[in-house]
Amino acid sequence: MNFKLILNIALHLLQARLKQTIVAAIGVTFSIAMFIALVSFMNGLNKLLDGLMLNRTPHVRLYNDIKPTEHQPITLAEAYQKNTNFIRSIKPKDIGKSIYNGKAIISYLKKDSRIIDVAPKITSSVFFNSGTIEISGVINGIDVLSEEKIFRISEYIIEGKVTSLLQNNSIILGKGLANKMLLTVGDIVKITSPNGNLTSLKIVGISQMGISDVDDVMSYTSLGTAQKILGEPTNYITDIQIQLHDKTIAPELSKEFRHKFNLDAIDYKTVNSQFETGSKVRNVISYAVGIVLLIVAGFGIYNILNMMIYEKMDSIAILKATGFSGNDVKWIFISLSLIIGFVGGMFGLLFGFVFSSIIDVIPFRTSSLPTITTYPIYYDSVFYVIGIVFALFTTTIAGYFPASKASKVDPVEIIRGK
Amino acid sequence: MENNKVLETIGLTKYFYDPVKFKVLTSIDLSIDHGEFVSIVGKSGCGKSTLLYLLSTMDTDYEGQILIHNELVTGKADKVLAQIRNENIGFVFQFHYLLIEYNVLRNVMLPGMKLAKYSEQELEHRALEHLKILGMEDQALKMPNQLSGGQKQRVAIARALINDPLIIMGDEPTGNLDKRNSDLVFDIFRELTVEKKQTLLIVTHDTDFANKTNRIITMEDGRIVS
Repeated sequence: MNFKLILNIALHLLQARLKQTIVAAIGVTFSIAMFIALVSFMNGLNKLLDGLMLNRTPHVRLYNDIKPTEHQPITLAEAYQKNTNFIRSIKPKDIGKSIYNGKAIISYLKKDSRIIDVAPKITSSVFFNSGTIEISGVINGIDVLSEEKIFRISEYIIEGKVTSLLQNNSIILGKGLANKMLLTVGDIVKITSPNGNLTSLKIVGISQMGISDVDDVMSYTSLGTAQKILGEPTNYITDIQIQLHDKTIAPELSKEFRHKFNLDAIDYKTVNSQFETGSKVRNVISYAVGIVLLIVAGFGIYNILNMMIYEKMDSIAILKATGFSGNDVKWIFISLSLIIGFVGGMFGLLFGFVFSSIIDVIPFRTSSLPTITTYPIYYDSVFYVIGIVFALFTTTIAGYFPASKASKVDPVEIIRGK
Repeated sequence: MENNKVLETIGLTKYFYDPVKFKVLTSIDLSIDHGEFVSIVGKSGCGKSTLLYLLSTMDTDYEGQILIHNELVTGKADKVLAQIRNENIGFVFQFHYLLIEYNVLRNVMLPGMKLAKYSEQELEHRALEHLKILGMEDQALKMPNQLSGGQKQRVAIARALINDPLIIMGDEPTGNLDKRNSDLVFDIFRELTVEKKQTLLIVTHDTDFANKTNRIITMEDGRIVS
């Protein structure tokens, strides 16, 4: 088949019906542009909401849970090995929150090629003293530099700097907590640890994550300061947070580390399963809307091609009389449709990008999300590939039916009718 | 080649089914030799156009056999028939059927481009030659809607000639033309037979036109009577 000739004929037919062609192409352009803008926006929103929780959650966290001993004495006793043993009223055992040999584990993990970085952490509940009242809260002792690298906590610091935590006896308070106690940067806050130690710390910053439940109780200090408050030695840590290159392997890795280090391990998916569901539903919605728009555009193309075929009956008849087969005629109309789809789709991608860029600069400020200043947009070349494939697919389908109709036109009927 | 037959039919029979079954052509046996200028005449409804469209291979719903250049074409696939038409048959209809999207030159070249036997430059050259013979070379770059009826018909003839077909078939090629233009078209056909030994098969109801051809086939009620 001579595709160059077929394409040439298709292009000439299009030129003769330029206005209709443009209208058809605009239909495709509009739907692809909307699809791109919608998907980019939805994904931006997903990333934003996921980021709120997921970025604050390590991919894998190692810690000591309070739980009953796995192997009770009776299961170890040789005499009862083959029996089924029932034990009632087991109480959980607190083996201490401290991770035994934490430093060795961290230096081992840092050598693992699957891991971006490891951050040790101390979490403890404390009381903040404000005059005569005590407010319960949580203090996180963090390795400032690793924590910043993994979680970018500086993004959530609305006053002061995270690096100020490197000074001794400094603390960053959650915004809700600071508001409750009427404290600002530069003030001193008194803290009572679970074992009764009273410490004074200087406030060097205020953080706001946008989740008020967190902001009302959370505070950050350095590892060393936390150890001092709790009266623990310098090898005391309660959590090891691991950030991976590929977060999808987190569930397997957490299982691996659980056995290797004899610690409890939890991956981010288990922690945030409800967020995943939300993201999935939003994705489905945006793709569904995109597909609906394209189907509408497809009907437009179908109509216009159908009309064109009725108008061009004479041309189809003479093409067939002079030696073009039904297949050739079919390809002429399919390429017509493909040209509309391709040109419309390409402009759609362009406008989709423009629309996304416009949405991206529209101001969007909310007090709960201090780091966000504009509507979120996520740019991904995959959306554009899907967009153009969608466009070509729907236009081919829309063109196929009129094209096979054209291929079946009986030239004798047309010519004799004249 | 043992004989000189361009076109031959054996027992060609055709029915129309709508509104009732009706025999349009009854057992037509016909053969046309190379270089003949044949006209088919007959009253309206005698089946002369129907016969032509069967011979053109465009209508495949018939009984009997059709041979083009001693080769059986009956029962061949649509694609093969299209190829045969492209290569061996040139058409001139009552209506010109020029593609309004293309200029005169491209219209003439179109069947040649489909055949793809010659390069585009060669084809353009050949198309211009044909247009020149028909006195149309100065109109080559005009669009069809800028031409008169007679000029359009001449372009259609040039288009029929572009692939050097075995036979040119015409269905009332002068039907839409005035006397002067009809004569012009006839003279062109005449010249083609004399100078190029072109075989022509023309359906017409114009007896003046028919009387000037080499051979007249008269039809009546689906049969050849003379």
